[in-house]
Amino acid sequence: MSEKKPERRDFLFTATYAVGAVGAAAVVWPLVDQMNPDASVKALASTEVDVSSLKPGNTITVLWRGKPVFIRRRTQEEIDVARSVKMEDLIHPEKDEDRAKNPEWLVMLGVCTHLGCVPLNDKGDYDGWFCPCHGSHYDTSGRIRKGPAPWNMEVPKYEFVNANTIKIG
Amino acid sequence: MSDHEYTPKSKVGKWFNDRLPLLTLANHLTDYPTPKNLNYWWTFGGILTFCLITQIVTGLVLAMHYIAHADMAFESVEHIMRDVNYGWLIRYIHANGASMFFLAVYIHIFRSLFYGSYKSPREIIWIIGIIIYLLMMAAAFMGYVLPWGQMSFWGATVITNLFSAIPFVGEGVVTWLWGGYSVDNPTLTRFFTLHYLIPFLILGLVVLHIWALHVPGNNNPVGIDVKKPSKDTVPFHPYIVIKDGFALLMFMIVFAFFVFYAPNILGHADNYIEANPLVTPAHIVPEWYLLPFYAILRSVPDKLLGVVAMLSAILILAVLPWLDTSKIRSAVFRPLYKQFYWILVADVLVLGYVGAMPAEGLYLLIARVATAYYFLHFLVILPVLGLKERTIPLPLSITEPVMGGSPNMAMAKKNESKIE
Repeated sequence: MSEKKPERRDFLFTATYAVGAVGAAAVVWPLVDQMNPDASVKALASTEVDVSSLKPGNTITVLWRGKPVFIRRRTQEEIDVARSVKMEDLIHPEKDEDRAKNPEWLVMLGVCTHLGCVPLNDKGDYDGWFCPCHGSHYDTSGRIRKGPAPWNMEVPKYEFVNANTIKIG
Repeated sequence: MSDHEYTPKSKVGKWFNDRLPLLTLANHLTDYPTPKNLNYWWTFGGILTFCLITQIVTGLVLAMHYIAHADMAFESVEHIMRDVNYGWLIRYIHANGASMFFLAVYIHIFRSLFYGSYKSPREIIWIIGIIIYLLMMAAAFMGYVLPWGQMSFWGATVITNLFSAIPFVGEGVVTWLWGGYSVDNPTLTRFFTLHYLIPFLILGLVVLHIWALHVPGNNNPVGIDVKKPSKDTVPFHPYIVIKDGFALLMFMIVFAFFVFYAPNILGHADNYIEANPLVTPAHIVPEWYLLPFYAILRSVPDKLLGVVAMLSAILILAVLPWLDTSKIRSAVFRPLYKQFYWILVADVLVLGYVGAMPAEGLYLLIARVATAYYFLHFLVILPVLGLKERTIPLPLSITEPVMGGSPNMAMAKKNESKIE
């Protein structure tokens, strides 16, 4: 091919392709974005839970945005164990103080961070939670200690509305 | 390809064929020259076509009664089983049909591995086949979600969560796939739509698969090219049609056994419990045909690397024509490859077995060894073997081993010249 100076026609072609690409992207985006959570799904943002009946050592599971949330009223022993763990022993280092602001109450998504199963209560090598799907062990603070899960179980945004009620979300 | 020009006999036929050469195509398909030494392992292409059509027809009628809604899906499946006329039969054919489809496709794939059908000039046929296989897995997975039982729900949760392993954008991708913050109604409706779409994509790819096959023609058990079509081949119809038909009948006996005598043996009892987002079944297991890949996923202790290993295990097949350096196609003439082939078959069966067992202790160890061997076979053994192996001399033609076979090469050549 010999060297050719760009002509008016080359410019027109390039400009046409560019406009065409922008147009195609503008049409594709709504088709892609329609799959994201819709307004009705997003509207179910928060839920309130009465925890007055919960005794120390008990856990309840509630549904929030289609996912289980564990609310555990921990015993003093569990709190002591969780707070005495050295940071260097953790796969995903997080202080128990940061995960449970009120040490007696642990609120977290009951979703294994490996592939999303619901871990079982009071099971596993660390007396916290054990995921039956692929064998992840969590401690009494819901932190991953052993197994394929990469992170600790997530603590959602929540607050005590009053002494007996927790609002999640 | 038949080299003669085809002209329809009737005037109407000729008039039509000049405008749309469908009759030429039909003639090509019936006269298509096929190596005359094809054995019964070559009948699974026809069996697979039957499986695809069965799934499309039964699926179509199931869709007339099924309701894709999280509150109603489970009940609508029970409604199909109890109330719809022959609903039980149609659903059992569809559900077991998926297993039969995979049974046939695994035999088809391993046939190809044994006889080297993926090698030049058939690489494109092979790659289209791998794409079909991937789509089959996607369709089967989404179909399994539709009854909205416990295994449906948690299988969907685990598999979609695989995408969360993607760095940075993983969580966003999973939310996008779900259409929410967990597997729920929006997930079910889109899975139903895609489950309906994919078989038609497969159908289109099957046409390309067969088209690509008809360019070089079939491979065959001795794995050498057709030398003289008049001597080495028979027309597809009636010879192969009858043979395929007989094999299909045998296959349908197995199919019917499962449908009528053991319709739930390949499923899981947990899927007759309606989906519950608060309780994970104690032991989540995918359907049997996905177990080897599931074992590979679980054998890697890291989440992202586990997903990468599982996907690589499938995608490595697409580059197989270039990993296998041997020019000899059929394992019949490759004494060492033949042994490694059977070790691979055993390895995949072991992976399937440990995939169904809990991922701990000895099972986990076996899964890790078997996973390592799987990759070793494709990445090390095959490339090296092609360069080092001493192969057995190939016959002169497809006909020669039958008509003039002789261990003495001079004798064989003499006999070969006689049959011409």
